[in-house]
Amino acid sequence: MGIAQNWRLRSQRYGLVGEVCDDCGEKIFPPRDVCPYCTQPAQTPFQFSGRGEVFSHTTIYNPPTGYEEFVPYTVALVKLEEGPLVTAQLTDVDPEEVNIGQPVEMVTRKIREDGPEGLIMYGYKFRPRLQEV
Amino acid sequence: MNHTKDGSVLNSLMRPSTPVGIVGYGAYVPRYRLPATEVARVWRGGEGGLPVTEKAVPGPDEDTLTIALEAARNALARAQIDPHLIGAVWVGSESHPYAVKPTSTIVAEAIGATPHTEAADWQFACKAGTETIQAGMGFVASGMARYALGIGADTAQGRPGDALEYTAAAGGAAYLIGPVDQSLAVFEASFSYVTDTPDFWRRPYMHYPSHGQRFTGEPAYFHHVTSAGKHLMEQMGRTAADFSYVVVHQPNAKFPQRAAKMLGFKPEQWAVGLLCPVVGNTYAGASMLGLAAILDQAQPGDTILAISFGSGAGSDAFALRVTELITERQGLAPKTADYVARRTVIDYATYVRYRKKLSMQ
Amino acid sequence: MRDVSIIGIGQTPVGEHWDRSLRHLAYDAVAAAMQDAGVQRADALYVGNMLSGEISGQSHLGPLIADFAGLRGIEAVKIEGACGSGAAAVRMGYLAVASGLQDIAICAGVEKMTDDVGNRLTGGLAQAADADYEVIHGISFVALNALLMRRYLYEYKVRHEDFAGFSINAHANAVGNPNAMFRRPITAEAFKKAAMVADPINLLDSSPMADGAAAVILCPTERAGEFTNNAVRIAASAMATDSLSIHDRYDPLWLQAAQDSAQRAYRQAGVGPDDIHLFELHDAFTIMAAMSLEASGFAERGKGWQLAVNGDIRPGGRLPVCTMGGLKARGHPVGATGVYQIVEAAQQLRGEAGDCQIPNARLAMAQNIGGSGSTIVTHILEGR
Repeated sequence: MGIAQNWRLRSQRYGLVGEVCDDCGEKIFPPRDVCPYCTQPAQTPFQFSGRGEVFSHTTIYNPPTGYEEFVPYTVALVKLEEGPLVTAQLTDVDPEEVNIGQPVEMVTRKIREDGPEGLIMYGYKFRPRLQEV
Repeated sequence: MNHTKDGSVLNSLMRPSTPVGIVGYGAYVPRYRLPATEVARVWRGGEGGLPVTEKAVPGPDEDTLTIALEAARNALARAQIDPHLIGAVWVGSESHPYAVKPTSTIVAEAIGATPHTEAADWQFACKAGTETIQAGMGFVASGMARYALGIGADTAQGRPGDALEYTAAAGGAAYLIGPVDQSLAVFEASFSYVTDTPDFWRRPYMHYPSHGQRFTGEPAYFHHVTSAGKHLMEQMGRTAADFSYVVVHQPNAKFPQRAAKMLGFKPEQWAVGLLCPVVGNTYAGASMLGLAAILDQAQPGDTILAISFGSGAGSDAFALRVTELITERQGLAPKTADYVARRTVIDYATYVRYRKKLSMQ
Repeated sequence: MRDVSIIGIGQTPVGEHWDRSLRHLAYDAVAAAMQDAGVQRADALYVGNMLSGEISGQSHLGPLIADFAGLRGIEAVKIEGACGSGAAAVRMGYLAVASGLQDIAICAGVEKMTDDVGNRLTGGLAQAADADYEVIHGISFVALNALLMRRYLYEYKVRHEDFAGFSINAHANAVGNPNAMFRRPITAEAFKKAAMVADPINLLDSSPMADGAAAVILCPTERAGEFTNNAVRIAASAMATDSLSIHDRYDPLWLQAAQDSAQRAYRQAGVGPDDIHLFELHDAFTIMAAMSLEASGFAERGKGWQLAVNGDIRPGGRLPVCTMGGLKARGHPVGATGVYQIVEAAQQLRGEAGDCQIPNARLAMAQNIGGSGSTIVTHILEGR
């Protein structure tokens, strides 16, 4: 894992910090330099609530290198309540309990470890909503 | 009670010159539970007494950082303050994910408190968390920080087959210390009692802790917990009857009840904060999680005595008075009971896998 | 711009070539294509490949393949567009010849996958997706397609077994293709019972990873007669892109790049979907086949699967697809696949498809998809 490659993404990884387009008002995640909707520069940070619902999901039994210890794990497209779709793992849920439309909330969990001596990478995942606060 | 060299009594209560309190608190307990019967099944042929009913086990993607972070986010949800105003982020644990590299900077970054904040990891076995609260009281009362975040969290490891394997659990709680006018509970006083008592330890590079068996009882746990509680109450001129609730460090179901009884408390005072039977010993999180469970139910005017214990050994005691603000803050984040109720039972094999007790080499 | 034709084709059987390396496989295909065209030299070589760096530890394929094919010194470069690398290489050769800058261009695709068949291969394939926002979450390439398929089944209220026809057709067609990896038919029952890979995608939804290489030789149509009397004209060549990640698509269930590249190709060729006699589509997974048919104008949105149910895609149907087995049964050597599709379409148009021959085929379309729909290259070929 590239140290700098992951480090520079820490605020968005830990807590879903994206952007809002000053021009068209769209909320953007992942953050980028140009608004994908109106192609104007977009660089104002925006903190997403972390709430959304499952748009689609699948369960992985044959993982890429580095993810073996979590198998089987569920990955999903999550539709955030502010608009964007996000690709992320679901956690604290059995694969058969997942449904399209299920309300989920963001948590920060271990994404992977670079072996026993390497860095631990943390980032957003989603779990079934604990409660309606 | 301590005496100075000339024999006069020393009042050693810790009471900040400016009153401070808890502005927000948050709990976290992982989803998985290992019944104590599973440990007994595998290691004792199903025989022998069980120190708890079940314990909370972290999922494969959880560690002390993720636990501390969720507890911290819950504390912030209740406090409703700008995280940039937090002047200290402190995490106490005996299971920090890194031996070198702070847990606290990751928490601080993730909650948006960086970069103008102090951050550090604390270590004192199971009382590493309450130390951060005491230090936070001083930090805020002195004006060095507007708010200080103190967290106790652990993913404790018990050696397979050892008595500790029944209880060594995962969980944590976070407390945001701040000005008294914003507090949902005010610190009336605190007290610390420490000696050099080697009841439990872990040397560097060792995976599992060692302990002194029965030596962990009277000279260690009971002596320090009751001494801290007794001195705090005596110096405040209080008795057990003056408190609505009590919570003490809970390494198993029996110890905290006996210690509370020795201090003059009754079961109805300790019942709410006694989580160990259903979540196990969450180490640095244990007394703080019990306190969170009490705050979840407390009413304005309630008084709480909280006493931690850390091997090696020492206890921190706190006297708290709940304010009017408690009512509006309780519902702003998940309650301790919500996490306790969210439970998925696993067997010993799954536990062994999740806790990386299987050697893959 | 000059008109461009294919004057030679070559391919290796798709499979596990334990005794042949990346460079040797590429040589086999290039040499076969040069022999087919009757050329000894070429001006340029474009090598489509995705995983050589990750799996074989070998980047910089242009000079390597040129040298080992006896073409040291010519312009040569690797073209990478994930699973769309092959057709992208053909597209680059097309541009070079059409522009008048090169006369004889070799477009090869090669993939050596069996040098690592473990989790590293899974990780390498996933590099077709967004490293920072998809791959980091432990997603595999199959899983990305599974996310699309699950949503498709949900939104269009389709059953998984309605996709069986794509795989049954591909396997039935591969029986007649000596270069195909799986030359045996499968049943609807087998499709239903196949082992789950990433729910809802099972083993028989998925194309097999394998080694392979294919090549075509391009030259200006005006010169094609010097080499062959069976040249296949490239009536259209078009490439379009979409966001790399699925979550950034305006409509995740719509292959916008397929629509864009197909529409450009139709315009260039002056034809429409109804004029196409056969379609080599990118059935890496059955869901991609359905979505490709929809975006390319052969079916309405959400109804691409119906062509598999009603038999339209079979030989003799309205639009035969994957006539030599497709990715599903011929096999999917990722960076070579796009060239295989064009070689097979040329075989059909030359009347050399053997047992797979579609009678009277004159206009064939090939569509190669990179990633989850991020790079899509559409070619329309015309026979004599």
